[in-house]
Amino acid sequence: MLYNEKVMDHFRNPRNVGEIEDADGVGEVGNAKCGDIMKMWIKVDKEKMIIEDVKFMTFGCGSAIATSSIATEMIKGQPVEKALELSNKAVVEALGGLPAYKLHCSVLAEEAVKAAVKDFYDKNGIEYDKEKFKPGFHGGEEEVS
Amino acid sequence: MKTIYLDNAGTTQMSPEVKKAMLPFFDEEYGNASSLHFLGQKARERLEEARADIAKCLNCLPEEIFFTSGGSESDNWAITSACREGERKGKKHIITSAFEHHAVLNTVKRFEREGFRVTYLPVYENGIVKVEDLQNALTDDTALVTIMFANNEIGTIQPIEEIGKICKEKGVLFHCDAVQAVGHVEVDLQKLPVDMLSISAHKFHGPKGVGVLFKRKGKRIESFILGGTQEMNKRAGTENVAGCVGMAVALKEACKNLKENNEHEKRLRDKLFDELSKIPHSRINGDRINRLPNNFNMSFEGIEGEGLILLLSDSGICSSSGSACTSGSLDPSHVLLSIGLIHDVAHGSLRLTLSRFTTEEEIDFTIKEVKRIVEYLRSFSPLWKDYEKGVKKHVI
Repeated sequence: MLYNEKVMDHFRNPRNVGEIEDADGVGEVGNAKCGDIMKMWIKVDKEKMIIEDVKFMTFGCGSAIATSSIATEMIKGQPVEKALELSNKAVVEALGGLPAYKLHCSVLAEEAVKAAVKDFYDKNGIEYDKEKFKPGFHGGEEEVS
Repeated sequence: MKTIYLDNAGTTQMSPEVKKAMLPFFDEEYGNASSLHFLGQKARERLEEARADIAKCLNCLPEEIFFTSGGSESDNWAITSACREGERKGKKHIITSAFEHHAVLNTVKRFEREGFRVTYLPVYENGIVKVEDLQNALTDDTALVTIMFANNEIGTIQPIEEIGKICKEKGVLFHCDAVQAVGHVEVDLQKLPVDMLSISAHKFHGPKGVGVLFKRKGKRIESFILGGTQEMNKRAGTENVAGCVGMAVALKEACKNLKENNEHEKRLRDKLFDELSKIPHSRINGDRINRLPNNFNMSFEGIEGEGLILLLSDSGICSSSGSACTSGSLDPSHVLLSIGLIHDVAHGSLRLTLSRFTTEEEIDFTIKEVKRIVEYLRSFSPLWKDYEKGVKKHVI
């Protein structure tokens, strides 16, 4: 099998699909040339600074869809600061592994979350540590099997 | 769940007659065709019968048929032999097309690294080489022209007869990879002026692991696999008698019913084109008319092929795509790029290849499923959504 059962489950039944009309933050990463685009919307409880809701849309292969799906599950209900700590490694681990040449999809999921949070911070004039949004903050494309 | 097999350009199901013909050679008639005893001689007879049957189907001589392990070996052998001969004569130029199978491209590239000049003829939007491009590319130091009969992804048929005539006039060796064509369209080697031609049995309901290199009488060929004196001292290795017999039976069956099979496959294939072209923002890849009767290839904008293949597979439908994710690299198929598709469109391609076993019911179900899955994948594709909302004028 190309993908394990967990990946196939998230691919076949992606969670949190769609968009949020009045989102507090939107992030879009990837490009069509490479065959992957992820777009993520977040709704934030601004008093508690918690991600109330999250939705995604993805153009891409099975693992791109599965990684977006599980990433939304992992950050929903979490403090915004914690969502920023979501690493591609954690995404792959939560899925129980991905084929080596598909690991870039998990990096994309991490970047989509960060892009949505950054958009939220920018729109609300919230100061943030720019270091946290640099590519490879979590060690980049770590080999996880 | 019922299996609907629409990946016949990848491989085919073996015909029941072929299986029946092969079985005795595994445990009863297991002799080595090179042995002198009765069991060996019996195997020899069956092997030569198979060679004669194949020669008859292709309208050539039995001594022009060399058994190999399949299409890739035949391609490697033909090109390597032609280039070594060219090298000895100081001819170090190869002409091929941009969208050959990797068995041809990677062999040609090996000689390119070793100092050969290579011309990759363009195949244009319709997926067909132009004869005048070949004429312009030919030089005094051209050692070999190698052009496929029909493309494995988009099925487009090349002007082999004209190419062969030009090569013959110029005295240049011409090899043709006919792996997708033999058993599917007429290949008459008296009519076609080719010097070498590659064939693979498992593409026409024969077994895997056996093929043929046709080499016209009077043309030189160098051994590729060294060892014993098998195959007229040109290809060493104990003969795969079961495979060769199976291949002969498969080819006889295919040639006997060629016209009926063609009509059957073409009618169902055209139904796929007609129905699936109704999907908005879709395109047919390669010339619609001048292609193998069993080949369907289309792109659907705004989706990626792998998801489509996996969901079709969940419905029991076996298909393939030229998307990057299905190739194991980050680039989509070189064939789709060679006919001018941009990456984004090539990612959303679907290839369905039919056989004589394909039924109308299977095609109707497939049409329904492709429509459903494309719509589903587009429902959460950001590219498609932006287009639908009018944020962008084009999907891609």
